[in-house]
Amino acid sequence: MARNSLGREVPETWQGKRYDPYQDPFTRMPTMDRATRPLVRRNPGESKILPSLRAAIEKSGLQDGMTIATHHHLRNGDLLLNLIVKELDAMGFRNICIASSSVHPVHAEIIPSIRKGVVTRCETGVNGLIGELATKGELDFPIVVRSHGGRARMLVTDEVPVDVAFIAAPCCDETGNLNGVSGPSACGSLGYAFTDARYARKVIAVTDNLVAYPASPVSISQSDVDYVVVIDSLGDPKKIVSTTTRVTRDPAGLLIAHYAAEVIEASGLLKDGFSFQTGAGGTSLAVADAIKRKMLEQKIRGSFGCGGITGYFVDMLEEGYFRTLFDVQCFDLRAVESIAKNLTHREISADLYANPFNRGSVVNMLDAVILGATEVDVNFNVNVNTESNGYLLHNTGGHSDTAAGAKLAVVVAPSIRGRLPIVRDEVTTITTPGETIDVVVTERGIAVSDKHEGLRKELLRRRLPLKDIRQLQAEINALTGKPRPLEFEDKVIALIEYRDGSIIDVVRQVKE
Amino acid sequence: MVTRQRLRRTLLYVPGNMPGMLQNIPVFNADGVMIDLEDAVPLSEKDAARTLARNFLVAFPDRSKEIFVRINGLDTKYALDDLRQVLPGRPDGIRLPKADDPEVVERLDTLLTEYEERLGLEIGHFSILPSIESAVGVLNCVKTAQASRRIVALAFGAEDYTASLEIQRTRSGEELLGARMQIVWAAKAAGLQAIDSVFADANDTDGLRADTELVKRLGFTGKSLVNPRQIEVVHDVFRPKQEEIDHALEVMEAIKKAREMGTGVISLRGKMVDAPVVKRAARTIRTAVAFGLIDYELSNEVIYGQE
Repeated sequence: MARNSLGREVPETWQGKRYDPYQDPFTRMPTMDRATRPLVRRNPGESKILPSLRAAIEKSGLQDGMTIATHHHLRNGDLLLNLIVKELDAMGFRNICIASSSVHPVHAEIIPSIRKGVVTRCETGVNGLIGELATKGELDFPIVVRSHGGRARMLVTDEVPVDVAFIAAPCCDETGNLNGVSGPSACGSLGYAFTDARYARKVIAVTDNLVAYPASPVSISQSDVDYVVVIDSLGDPKKIVSTTTRVTRDPAGLLIAHYAAEVIEASGLLKDGFSFQTGAGGTSLAVADAIKRKMLEQKIRGSFGCGGITGYFVDMLEEGYFRTLFDVQCFDLRAVESIAKNLTHREISADLYANPFNRGSVVNMLDAVILGATEVDVNFNVNVNTESNGYLLHNTGGHSDTAAGAKLAVVVAPSIRGRLPIVRDEVTTITTPGETIDVVVTERGIAVSDKHEGLRKELLRRRLPLKDIRQLQAEINALTGKPRPLEFEDKVIALIEYRDGSIIDVVRQVKE
Repeated sequence: MVTRQRLRRTLLYVPGNMPGMLQNIPVFNADGVMIDLEDAVPLSEKDAARTLARNFLVAFPDRSKEIFVRINGLDTKYALDDLRQVLPGRPDGIRLPKADDPEVVERLDTLLTEYEERLGLEIGHFSILPSIESAVGVLNCVKTAQASRRIVALAFGAEDYTASLEIQRTRSGEELLGARMQIVWAAKAAGLQAIDSVFADANDTDGLRADTELVKRLGFTGKSLVNPRQIEVVHDVFRPKQEEIDHALEVMEAIKKAREMGTGVISLRGKMVDAPVVKRAARTIRTAVAFGLIDYELSNEVIYGQE
């Protein structure tokens, strides 16, 4: 074990692989070439269509011990990963690694196959029951949690070679041209899968909507796809996209949003060319709403919005608040409809979005990002992976990527959640280093990192409730009391990888 | 101590039986809150609400805002228990529902004095915010406003008032005009502020804005609120305009010069600046300071002159 720069004990080798301890957000970079994939020749008349998932698995050359991947654009409506694992189980595979872009609660269905040893490793963060069971020591399933940019980096550097990528394709033709904008499982952007299509050894498009050649628009092209399989259904449309995403009505959430918008304005970044990212949660959308009103009042025209895109951002694009949307994932139906028809609503890869190891990603151009947290600590480190019970329940998403990229990273969170204080001496798990977080906003006050003396002064001038983060913590603790620390076993069940591949923290089995 | 000239643009109701909401009182930037033991609290929870309200008051001694408790009407069996429980928590004042006549205010005044003596507080510590909410209350409010030196403002309760008239309250509120004017007159005649009724639909922001603009024109100085989401709109309506602030500052400068010259009247661009103009300017400045629009230290000596 080694101690990283944030004081966390992290392994230097884990599950047979070497890792570097985290040092700082911006310097690590190995000297190497980008990964390649085998050359293939396809002659006229050769068909890529295979009759079943089983046939595709056979044809792909998958063997015990190899790695597969899927993308998570179908979110909690995804059926594909479950179908694949079920098929692998039936075919007698063992020791397969999953390197999907994320795993959702719906994939708890694969737990029996994990117990059987069909899938035994997870090179992606997980949401829901699988993480909970692993943390409790009830499931032997080593997990490496990565950010979206970190996962793109992992593929580009070949740190985790993906042998077979199964790409759920809501609209696909016989050659493998595919997109996400139409069909019963339409999910909009396929940004996370772009990188798989370029670097996986074999790429299999799986569709429930085979259309006549050529499928258009082409998001992932026939030149990258090895085989095409048609199945009955990729997912449950009701769970793929939300019909609506809404601004919160909770007065405390609205107050947090108001403060966050004031912070952005006070930072001086809110001017022509402003670029912005926020999530789909009610409070995040309320921040977008408040920012939009400020832009309207001050006649500000922004440059771009990015990340996971909601109908709210689509409105801002259509009403001229942004010139462009960079979309790695659509969160609702409005976003799906927009990306299908609006040329300024761009579908971008996870690599372009957030990979630290390329010639410049979109997050580097972000002015402000609004981020969530399950906990923050007095050093501004943020946890989004584990809950206060210590269970690994959430994937990182673009959290640490955008925090590093944006000029102003603002964490918004209620000061108390389920009777527990949000500001801790130390977060249970560090997802995002405090060095990349600028402001923490709660309904009880705003804490600004020491490096922004000017912003502090401006917040005071505006009579906003600026507080030292320890003072904020003390005020919250006065209401909640100080929670008893969690107890953990020594066993590491997951690594939290920083976007550059170094290890920022680990998740240990909880003592129960 | 009763301070009449505090800003009371927004007085937010918080149900006394909801700990989650009580805990958020320090968080929202209403000028004051009214912890409700009356209509928002079901009979079965009156006890719990009193205890919660008191515990909250004890736990929140550093007040960033004025805290009233709306007790149950003095004609109910709950009111005395309400006072006994919450007054030791030292709220700033009591919102008295059904203040139909001066006698009921006088009764409360006597009770508060007894508690102040018992608790070792200065006489006059607790203020009274009588709520005018019936036809008879409106008819009597001129006298009610003068019933006690503890009164800081008259409040209007439009929901109960329309019920007493057996009419519907409308969004535009024409039916309230007479009562509102009477309350404003009674309040202003007694040197008090006038606080308008709640606007019940928290989702109707436009309706709230129109209603607030109307009552501001009529002379009300603030409004009772049912939801923290209403605070911003009401503050926005009461926010002084830049030219009003500039003018008020000019008036202050002019009167300062006048005082130095030993007079209480001076001309500013051909217009007379005297006591009422100065008082109005002081009010504008106080409001502007509360909004964070300017930094300004008001001096009573400048406003009222030396004795």
